[in-house]
Amino acid sequence: MSLRHRWLRLGLAAGALFALAACASHPQWQLDDVQGHLPDLKFQMTNDLGQPVTAASYHGKVTLLYFGYTHCPDVCPLTLVHLHTVLQKMGKAADDVRILFVTVDPTRDTVPVLHQYVTAFDPRVVGLTGSSDAIAQLAKRYRVFYKPAPAGASSSAGYEVTHSSAIYVFDREGRARLLATPGSSNDEILHDLNILVGQQS
Amino acid sequence: MNFRTLVGAAMLALSATALAASPASPDVQVEHAWIRWLPARLPAAGYAVIRNMGDGTLRLTGASSPGYGMVMLHHSRLAHGDSTMEMVDHLDIPAHGSVELAPGGYHLMLSQPTHAIKPGDHVEVTFEFADGAKLQTDFSVRPANASGPGD
Repeated sequence: MSLRHRWLRLGLAAGALFALAACASHPQWQLDDVQGHLPDLKFQMTNDLGQPVTAASYHGKVTLLYFGYTHCPDVCPLTLVHLHTVLQKMGKAADDVRILFVTVDPTRDTVPVLHQYVTAFDPRVVGLTGSSDAIAQLAKRYRVFYKPAPAGASSSAGYEVTHSSAIYVFDREGRARLLATPGSSNDEILHDLNILVGQQS
Repeated sequence: MNFRTLVGAAMLALSATALAASPASPDVQVEHAWIRWLPARLPAAGYAVIRNMGDGTLRLTGASSPGYGMVMLHHSRLAHGDSTMEMVDHLDIPAHGSVELAPGGYHLMLSQPTHAIKPGDHVEVTFEFADGAKLQTDFSVRPANASGPGD
């Protein structure tokens, strides 16, 4: 091999490395990139086992934040099944992902009901509840709109709750990174979650 | 759709037709009928394809089931990123057309189960039409994380 060819090879290799490095620092996201536009994950709530948890409890995991309620037989399951399918496709890597399902209906969503509901979809879904104030604060932090239960409504009353359907994706450090919607395809979510899980904290 | 699903759908369609209670309109079929099971006696959603083979529009006005105290026709709507569920008092199925009750759109909301219902069960649901006709159908109960009638 001539010296010229060797230099050419070295140059190509260096070019490829540079391109790889560029890719790693600027991934081609398929979901909406919200880095720097939304605050880090922060909350103080109760999980579906009745334990107090904060954002730090999920440090090291890629988290997906979604607001819903259990008396939601159609749209919330549709989203949770969507995410369950993605996690199934991820295989072992999904062990590093948690779906945080925050109830916007704490009156009816007691800890045991929340636990039964979320675990029926996927073991990696965590139900979160708290005081109306704690939920409102978290929703406000991510500009999530919801119309809560009517004042004074009993837990057995039939009422509808309007809620935002966005899914907020945080990296292992709890930084807001991506925004998915029910319209995002399984492949888009899968693609981006695989990249985020691959980024070590 | 694989062959098994097709056969299953065909059998379901046949059973739905066979179950049609007199004087039900013979021109309607219900296929792919399933319920997404939820724990803790929570309201569940029912999905199906309703096919109108007749020459006139068919108006679905309600449904009932011995398995649930209340069955309502609902519609989920997604507007400006917010999702709402609203009651619907009727649903028109065009002549020689079909309407799909599917996740994220029209569906039955089945609440107040009358007995313990679990995935694998079958639940009878009777559709009621504006002309007084009734159609008794069989819904299969699927796990919460099922993505369709037979996955």
